[in-house]
Amino acid sequence: MATTAVDVLVIGGGATGAAAAYDLARRGVRVLLAEQRDLSTGTSGRYHGLLHSGGRYAVRDPETARECILENRVLRRIAPFAIEDTGGLFVATALDPPDFPQQWVTGCAEAGIPTEKLTPGQAREHEPTLATDITAVYRVPDGSCDSFDLVHVFVNAMRLFGGDALIYHRVRALLREGDAVVGAELEDTRTGEVRTVHAACVLNAAGPWAGVVAGLAGLDVRIRFDRGAMIAMNTRWVNTVVNRLRPAADGDILVPVGTVCVLGTTSVHTDRPDDNTIENWEVNKILAEADAVVPGIRAGRALRAWSGVRPLYEPPEAGHDDAVGRAVKRTFSVIDHVERDDVRGLVTVVGGKLTTCRLMGEQAADVVCAQLDMDKPGTTADEALPVPAAPSRRYHQLDHRLRQLEHGELAGELICECEMVTRRQLEDAIAAYGDQPVQLDDLRRDLRLGMGPCQAGFCSYRAAGILQQMHGTSGQEAVRALADFVNERFRGVQPLLWGHGLRQFYLDEVIYRRTLGLDKLSWDADAEGDGAGDDAGIEGADGFTL
Amino acid sequence: MAGEKMTMNDNHSALIHQTAFTADHCLKCNICTAACPVAPLTPLFPGPKTVGPQAQRLREPGQPSPDHAVEYCSGCGICTLVCPHGVRVMEINTQAKAQMTETHGMSLRNWFLSRNELWGRLGTPFAPLMNFGVRSRLLRWLAERIFGISARGPLPGWAGYTFRGWWNKQLKRYPRPEPDGDANRVVYFHGCSSNTYEPHIAQTAVAVLERIGLHVEIPPQTCCGLPAQSNGDFTAARRYARTNIKALVGYARRGIPIVGTSASCMTAIKGDYEHVLGLDDADARLVAANTYDFMEFLWKLHAEGRLPLDFQPLERELPYHAPCQLKAHGMGRPALDVLDLVPGLRVWEIDADCCGIAGTYGYKAEKREIAEGVGWPIAEQVYEVGADTVVCDTETCRWQITSLTGTTTIHPVQLVAEAYGISLENYRPPVVSKAPAESPVAQKGW
Repeated sequence: MATTAVDVLVIGGGATGAAAAYDLARRGVRVLLAEQRDLSTGTSGRYHGLLHSGGRYAVRDPETARECILENRVLRRIAPFAIEDTGGLFVATALDPPDFPQQWVTGCAEAGIPTEKLTPGQAREHEPTLATDITAVYRVPDGSCDSFDLVHVFVNAMRLFGGDALIYHRVRALLREGDAVVGAELEDTRTGEVRTVHAACVLNAAGPWAGVVAGLAGLDVRIRFDRGAMIAMNTRWVNTVVNRLRPAADGDILVPVGTVCVLGTTSVHTDRPDDNTIENWEVNKILAEADAVVPGIRAGRALRAWSGVRPLYEPPEAGHDDAVGRAVKRTFSVIDHVERDDVRGLVTVVGGKLTTCRLMGEQAADVVCAQLDMDKPGTTADEALPVPAAPSRRYHQLDHRLRQLEHGELAGELICECEMVTRRQLEDAIAAYGDQPVQLDDLRRDLRLGMGPCQAGFCSYRAAGILQQMHGTSGQEAVRALADFVNERFRGVQPLLWGHGLRQFYLDEVIYRRTLGLDKLSWDADAEGDGAGDDAGIEGADGFTL
Repeated sequence: MAGEKMTMNDNHSALIHQTAFTADHCLKCNICTAACPVAPLTPLFPGPKTVGPQAQRLREPGQPSPDHAVEYCSGCGICTLVCPHGVRVMEINTQAKAQMTETHGMSLRNWFLSRNELWGRLGTPFAPLMNFGVRSRLLRWLAERIFGISARGPLPGWAGYTFRGWWNKQLKRYPRPEPDGDANRVVYFHGCSSNTYEPHIAQTAVAVLERIGLHVEIPPQTCCGLPAQSNGDFTAARRYARTNIKALVGYARRGIPIVGTSASCMTAIKGDYEHVLGLDDADARLVAANTYDFMEFLWKLHAEGRLPLDFQPLERELPYHAPCQLKAHGMGRPALDVLDLVPGLRVWEIDADCCGIAGTYGYKAEKREIAEGVGWPIAEQVYEVGADTVVCDTETCRWQITSLTGTTTIHPVQLVAEAYGISLENYRPPVVSKAPAESPVAQKGW
């Protein structure tokens, strides 16, 4: 069993963990980040892409509103490459409470959020798809933010300061010595290999899993799991973030992100940190609410739906035990377990927003440093993050890949036609993993492979073939990898099977089932099929369900 | 959008029918790429799916298109025609070209090619000189080297007189009686080519309409705007379109059909004004709804029992090419239907997607070879049967076919005129007896 020693082990490769690890590395701390899957695959990756101005919290949660506007400015300064300055609008319709705008304007002024009143006419000139019956419109400094880019850049910057990150490493146990946590046992989820990491302090930034991690040390941190669904529309219906100007409710926001427009969200209590289900009413509700602001949008093509779990936490002393869902504030908490539980060597950070991730990281790092008897201040707000060397994604610049193609910078044939991923790009991305195992889904996150309208209908078998050639995996493994990827892609389409989505799904199904016979291919004789037959979609003998 | 803002329709559900939003329907099935006549001939054009619905998702709204590959789209519209899901591929491409023209400006060559209306008018008084110019190898070589206008592109010659001038003389010499009511009126849209380069086609068309017994109205009109549109100059295209809509809408309101012998001009008025140029107001729609291709109109008259069938037999067998712009009407092949009514006449359709010229595309030096490659199947089939005449509804296609095959090319209306025994020499309108609506006996109550 390999053993390593670091100053701080950060658990969780989402926005908070990555920001905290970067912050600590800048202070000269030797830091290791462990993530159970890939970077940004939990709540941070399953979000709507909104860089909050804070306007959304101006009335009910002024503290979060203030944090948002300050951090909004900081992130724009330190990570401009991950942010598209779309600007934002708050739009009230005739259906919304008429007295709310005044309260909201006051709240924004108190939180320091600049607002500019527009006439509905001006707003429609700027965003012609807005409804004709809107009653009040304000402009705010919202933006859209690519969380994958942001997290990757935090992690890369951390590495420049001497830190390291392990992906696909799950915390199996926390090591305790008396009343101190002194490290953790990590298991490589791909190989099953276990390694021990000794650390002077463990920072628990596991998001919805923070309670599970704390539980490994025998501590009780109760997270409220609040599930929210989002739908990506195929094209950018708006080019400005559009928020509903009313007390926060389901289906309030439209965010232009890259090629798509994300509609969100809902707020549903759940009891699992990995609950990614989407219920029909959520899809209907989100589309209906968006349609009130951008009429016609519900008839457009919905590309994919997903849900994420907000890890909400209110310290017991706040006395809002009965608060659920939207009533729970979006502020974050840094739990110093020395103070709370008399356990040294463990700090938990939980709650908050992606927009405030840097601040969360900084404040968590402050507590960690206090435990390490360091008094070096955080400096992450002062200096811009290093611009990624190979800006392969940069997707907030919509025309980037078209421009690259035009200038012959993307050599090789197109593999993913929707998102314009070429053979060369794919090969470079695979090569970057060296001899590490690589999944098609990793390549998707690296390159956006399979994220376009056909949802991997045409690219996945091409990519699977290239991956198989380069890695020399067996045919069975390649088929399995292909089936896993296709199933994962189709999972996000399933809640949206009508109209264009249904046609696409049917075409994709014909490709995979009838042309490739993927449901007939067996890659593991022992794997159990769930035997539901053909009617639910593609259903292979080995669990290839669609 | 160049110049003018897209106007949103009051009916918001119509939003998703707007050209850019039809990219939503694309299933990536590649039917358009397989049907595209240009993509297989040049690596410079990655195909309609790639530059159309796919690139559309990556174009920053309001920003120029960065992918100049779209320049190689000829705009023939076969992609739009074959798409089973309703993506307006060609229209998306044309709008992307316009965005590019807006940012990068227009080359002198493209400006020149999109002003054929102007050259037609200005050149007419100097026809012999102009015709010498376009036939001079030296001058054409220079034009290719300096401006990029292909020396092999089949430029037309000037007739030396205009159709409008001829018509005005006709009206003076033989004033046509005003008919009662609008039932037998028809508006003729001649377009630029039939006014200055091929006035005999417009003359033939008018003669056929009068032979049928219709009262022909020819309001002032201008270029349909298609050449400017194809070259990305939407400002000019919209200006032309607006002028025409204004001139024609009064007739459309009265239910008077508007017909034209250039299938491409008619496509512009019927479809492109709305789907490419974004002119979707009530006037534009009304004009579009009342506009017919000439042969479509004759077939409609036949369906209504109003087309005289006293054709003289024509013992001929001729190949016919249906232009892409005609296919875009989505109306079948009315020319074949009508010509089939002529005894003895056998007209068969050439199996070819496009002649390659695509309006002004085939005149561009860097695209001339592609245009010839696209049209080559026509030449092969014409050679195979040894035909000396090819029938085709659109002028630039006819010129292209002539240049590819060395044959004479004619508009189907010329065969109709021949079958009616119409001669343009010393033309005078037939005497149309105004049949009273009711028996005069009954009217007077006798």
